[in-house]
Amino acid sequence: MSSQDIPEENLPAEQDHAHGAVGVADEENPFADPGLPPHEHRIQDIDERAARRSERMVALLFTVSMLATIGFIVSYLVIPNDKSIFVFPIGHISAMNFALGLTLGVALFCIGAGAVHWARTLMSDVEVADERHAIAASPEVRAKVHADFKLGAKESALGRRKLIRNTMFGALALVPLSGVMLLGGLGPAPGTKLRHTMWAKGKRLVNMNTNEPLRPEDVAVGSLTFAMPDGLEETQEDFQNEIAKAALMIVRLQPNNIKDKRELDWSHEGIVAFSKICTHVGCPISLYEQQTHHVLCPCHQSTFDLSDGARVIFGPAGHALPQLRIGVDSEGYLQALGDFEEPVGPAFWERG
Amino acid sequence: MSTAPNEESRSRGKAPAGERIADWADGRLGIYSLAKANMRKIFPDHWSFMLGEVCMYSFIIIILTGVYLTLFFHPSMNEVEYHGSYVPLQGQLMSEAFSSTLHISFDVRGGLLIRQIHHWAALIFLAGMFVHMMRVFFTGAFRKPREINWLFGFLLFVLGMFTGFTGYSLPDDLLSGTGVRFTEGAILSMPIVGTYISMFLFGGEFPGHDFVARFYSIHILLLPGIMLGLMVAHLILVFYHKHTQFAGPGKSEKNVVGMPLLPVYMAKAGGFFFLVFGVIAAIAAVAQINPIWAMGPYRPDQVSTGAQPDWYMGFAEGLVRYMPGWEINFWGHTLVLGVFIPLVLFGLVLAAIAVYPFIESWVTGDKSEHHILDRPRNAPTRTAFGVAWVTVYMVGLVGGGNDLFATHFHLSINAVTWFVRISFFAGPVIAFIVTKRICLGLQRRDHDKVLHGRETGIIKRLPHGEFIEIHEPLSQEQLHTLTSHHQYEPAEIGPTVDENGVERKVTASEKLRVKLSNAYYGEDNQIPKPTVEEYKEITSGHGHH
Amino acid sequence: MKKLSARRRHPLAAVVVLLLALAATGGLYAAFAPAGKAQADETSQSLTIKEGKKLYAVGCASCHGTGGQGSSDGPSLVGVGAAAVDFQVGTGRMPAATSQGAQVPSKKNIYTQAQIDQLAAYIASLGAGPSVPTKQQYGPEGADIAKGGELFRTNCAQCHNFTGKGGALTKGKYAPSLEGVAPKHIYEAMQTGPQNMPSFPDTTMSEKNKKDIIAYLNAVNGSQTENPGGLELGGLGPVTEGLFAWIFGLGALIAVAVWVAARTAKAKKS
Repeated sequence: MSSQDIPEENLPAEQDHAHGAVGVADEENPFADPGLPPHEHRIQDIDERAARRSERMVALLFTVSMLATIGFIVSYLVIPNDKSIFVFPIGHISAMNFALGLTLGVALFCIGAGAVHWARTLMSDVEVADERHAIAASPEVRAKVHADFKLGAKESALGRRKLIRNTMFGALALVPLSGVMLLGGLGPAPGTKLRHTMWAKGKRLVNMNTNEPLRPEDVAVGSLTFAMPDGLEETQEDFQNEIAKAALMIVRLQPNNIKDKRELDWSHEGIVAFSKICTHVGCPISLYEQQTHHVLCPCHQSTFDLSDGARVIFGPAGHALPQLRIGVDSEGYLQALGDFEEPVGPAFWERG
Repeated sequence: MSTAPNEESRSRGKAPAGERIADWADGRLGIYSLAKANMRKIFPDHWSFMLGEVCMYSFIIIILTGVYLTLFFHPSMNEVEYHGSYVPLQGQLMSEAFSSTLHISFDVRGGLLIRQIHHWAALIFLAGMFVHMMRVFFTGAFRKPREINWLFGFLLFVLGMFTGFTGYSLPDDLLSGTGVRFTEGAILSMPIVGTYISMFLFGGEFPGHDFVARFYSIHILLLPGIMLGLMVAHLILVFYHKHTQFAGPGKSEKNVVGMPLLPVYMAKAGGFFFLVFGVIAAIAAVAQINPIWAMGPYRPDQVSTGAQPDWYMGFAEGLVRYMPGWEINFWGHTLVLGVFIPLVLFGLVLAAIAVYPFIESWVTGDKSEHHILDRPRNAPTRTAFGVAWVTVYMVGLVGGGNDLFATHFHLSINAVTWFVRISFFAGPVIAFIVTKRICLGLQRRDHDKVLHGRETGIIKRLPHGEFIEIHEPLSQEQLHTLTSHHQYEPAEIGPTVDENGVERKVTASEKLRVKLSNAYYGEDNQIPKPTVEEYKEITSGHGHH
Repeated sequence: MKKLSARRRHPLAAVVVLLLALAATGGLYAAFAPAGKAQADETSQSLTIKEGKKLYAVGCASCHGTGGQGSSDGPSLVGVGAAAVDFQVGTGRMPAATSQGAQVPSKKNIYTQAQIDQLAAYIASLGAGPSVPTKQQYGPEGADIAKGGELFRTNCAQCHNFTGKGGALTKGKYAPSLEGVAPKHIYEAMQTGPQNMPSFPDTTMSEKNKKDIIAYLNAVNGSQTENPGGLELGGLGPVTEGLFAWIFGLGALIAVAVWVAARTAKAKKS
């Protein structure tokens, strides 16, 4: 049959169908369901020219998609990977990423748009009602299943032979423990690992910028310096684990600005060394405001007052930043006078 | 149309190849019985019914692009010196994970595009699931028989969050590493087991050498495997239950009105996959996401301001940011409430929306199936609860971005945090009250519309000088649509004395149920819909005018 | 011409002439006044300091005291050095507005470089401090960009973001964006620690370190910086990415879904 015949052939049938679905107008109940409204034809259903236009549109979209795919292949083969182009208003971007993304996007989008346009304008748009059926089984089926199950259970004698039942449950309950045991290999027990850092008496404070040990005169009031323990190298296997605990933040205050007595005792000429690891969840905290002596954590905004024992003055951290007790060795370099006296970083159950 | 003899000869002799293959498969798989039930299955048309498809398609896109990325990504934390084509990181020490991600971004042709499609699709997948879930919630599509499918969907959302988070952590860049550090801190806050779980997850102390490889198998195998299974189950149930529909003429609880799967939905849904993929590919072409080269490799002593997780974890991030720093020390132990409470709240807030369908069905005591969707206004208490829940969620998102809100609106970060702290408590309450009032107002409007007709905006002067606005009576279709919803009666405490005169104890749960039922369906909590009698009285009254 | 002479006697003519005269005088003053001061350039060091002192008395003394000793409205400037003056005045932070918020923002600089140099010379004469860096110190020659990146992430990114987009500090203070800031001013800021920024003196952050940092910033946040993936979205990380995904990603997809599910136009029966 020719495509021209479709609308005319379908017209009367559809209209009959639609009329059939309309409910009887109810004089008694004005709110009653009038039934599905009669089907209305689209322009494409009655005007063959409009249908042809739709067809051409769909074909055009599919053709654009093909061209875009060719464009993708050409872009992939031709554009150098490191070529940068300026596209207004995006800026300087990778030519490859832009070309591949756009061609792929167009190729895919046009397939979708073509299919949807086809469905919307040329495929039948008659709404059909489908019956629903209750999900629950009928009482007969229900009774049959129950009876079958009881028969099966009885034949297995699981209820009667208690010894089998109990040992089977026991065996099934125990066997997953093997799997749980195997998980033990995932990691070591915590032990006291979280309590110690690399700092120890006599370890020099090494400037992270220059890799040189720090002298007190290097550290000016209002400056901010980060230090690690002498002997820690970036190339070391356990560098990440060690620096995660040992990272140090060094500032110098006027000794008369230090409000906390212990902080003053543990400082050297106003130079104080605090753990750089936030006591909340462990972000490297170092947003130091030299006029207020506050440090802010960029992750969750805990704020500590470095002039008052690094006490928490805002935010979700639960306790002060640990301070490292420092002094000067015989050669005039800043050195630690021991490890931190409390665990650094986030609090944990065994911390106490 | 071909004639009957022709058709017969075809089926006997030279049937088309497709038909023969189908026959072959049917003999082994029984596909004809399956197709009989589903090929012309009816799906109703509504844009909001396609939100689930957005999720499914973006999930497929994520799997496709993710498989491609695994061909180049090295899930290893071995330190290497970088010598690829990105100049500002030349000679830097970094993990293989990070350097292979740089390799994908700069040296694999099209690698950056696939990475960006993967990440954008992930953000859209989660956003799509959130909106889809809210659509299902506010229209009451979670009611019997779909409660289990609601839970499947909820699990997909939660698993999606963790799949996203583990993927975000894989490149081992400075931003995601900070997120992993936060995860470690949060795990450490768990009483008793925290330190053990942390040691087991990271294979020792943070960061160790294992987490990328472990997150990798979780990200590409464990979680997506479960999600794929859940998604298939979710889809099977959608087919089995048949889709819900909005009320309207010809639509009932016993039918579903729409267009058949073959061909209309095959073309629309199939086409929609390409549309979704096309849009995401175009976004990946023009907008950069997660430029790990700008962030640098992870080091536990470095950080950047504006350290946030991807948006779907923003709610958890917010909870952590605005929680006060409570910490209790006792008997040599520390209870880190400042971190642990947000962790618990995170689970509770999510659980609240997950269990809501069961609470509502307990309150209504309704055991029947529901396939006609509610308009949100016709379930004011549910809608108000939903909006309150969304408010809590949004407050969390604002809290999670408090620093950027502060800098971009020139506010104090402390003020933003305090605003969010107060909003966490006040926001949902206000949202609940306001939403409920709006719903009731809309119900009243529907009520008036049914009884008095549509306001036409035409003013008429009566002979005696009075001005009236002409109201046009609604059609029967409209009348039916506006009055077909079911209204529950508030529950009452049954007789406390049984037929033998024995007094029965009223349980606390029964009392609670009656209370809740009154809060849902009591006098001031829904507007009774107009009755036929009211309508007739008023319309006949109009006639007398 | 005729028209003009005809209106000469208009009652408002005098006012117009007066306005024109005022505008001309003001314009002439504006044109010549700075030029006059710029001549001080060529004079000797002591004259420079003298000129600087005059500028100081007009623009700075009300807050920082007549001799730079400071007051309740502004800190002492003794020993802050020429670098601090060049930064503060060169970025327009000083002189500050009388009513300021949590911190003094950068704004349009109202002095010429010559005037700033005079002011700097005067302040430097009050007490020794860091001097204005030379182009050789902050220029890109011989800088190690990758090392600069590592230093930037250790020392700067916590406040200024990975690539110097800025970030929040406590109580409304903020670390400003480093986009478009002159290398010299970045160098001076590290040296002197303006406002709440800590200083990074040469003793703890060497000259080479600073050079590397500036070179890194220029590479990742300069006018020629490439963002290979497309729109940078502010370079602020997941918050803006999330907003973009919701608005343009999901938004576009919902718009598409509306089109897919919408009813096709019906033929009107006529």
